Amino acid sequence: MTEMSYLDGNMLDGPMRELFTVDLSSAVGRCESCGMTGSMASLHVYSHAPGLVARCPSCEAVMMRLVRGPDRAWLDLRGTTFLQFPMPMEQPFPGPL
Amino acid sequence: MGIVSPGFQGRPRTQEPALPPGQYLTEDFPVLSAGPTPRVSLDTWEFVISAENGSEHRWSWQELMALPQETPTVDIHCVTRWSKLGTSWQGVSLDTLLAEVDTGAHFALAHSYGGYTTNLPLDDLRGGQAWVVHTFDGAPLPAEHGGPARLLVPHLYFWKSAKWVRGLRLKTMDEPGFWETAGYHDYGDPWREQRYQGD
Repeated sequence: MTEMSYLDGNMLDGPMRELFTVDLSSAVGRCESCGMTGSMASLHVYSHAPGLVARCPSCEAVMMRLVRGPDRAWLDLRGTTFLQFPMPMEQPFPGPL
Repeated sequence: MGIVSPGFQGRPRTQEPALPPGQYLTEDFPVLSAGPTPRVSLDTWEFVISAENGSEHRWSWQELMALPQETPTVDIHCVTRWSKLGTSWQGVSLDTLLAEVDTGAHFALAHSYGGYTTNLPLDDLRGGQAWVVHTFDGAPLPAEHGGPARLLVPHLYFWKSAKWVRGLRLKTMDEPGFWETAGYHDYGDPWREQRYQGD
């Protein structure tokens, strides 16, 4: 019997591509700081800055930061507990076992 | 005989401002902000230096204003590529503030009203290189530019000059700040164009 193994990060490409090609404004996010859950389209985004800073409309905590360099980008979602995306019924992700 | 007039010299080099690589000159003072502008009353304002041993040194607004004042005129360089030359400020040298603090730390994390942070080597805050400034161009520093008081560390990109500065945490280990944890360079020397991690 072989031990359960893991796959390298390349396997994330398909699932992540499916997420990140959706319109983020259709997603619902939860603020890690105050727990408010709402549309990502309602975030307050400060763009006159070295990067984009998206804050919770309720408590002003930073929920997302996106920095775009010439050939790289950094995405920080530490302030977002989860993102919930609408998905087509015919392609469900496996549920918990 | 050539077609170029003998008097043609091209653009005089002496009129070119000394700008770091990749920067352009602006006469404006652009307002950059990663969040809402904090409104801090001078009655409650304080500046706190926390040493690595836990001791704290605090200055009220009145105490800051009673310290020796300096009037640096410096060039500032924003990582978003604008530079502004010959800006005039008034404030207190970090040498003056740090003289009261017993520390063996090598790093500082500046923190601000509103939650912003940025990290610097402590040596870059010493030697006449850094100030807590409260006056710009002869007038009280407007809130949108970091008033009542901001850090001024002009030899590094301007994101290191924390607006609405509230204090310094002195540290034995470097701890990256707000932009430094989102791809920006840990040190940020404009003359070496240290914009992003790995530059």
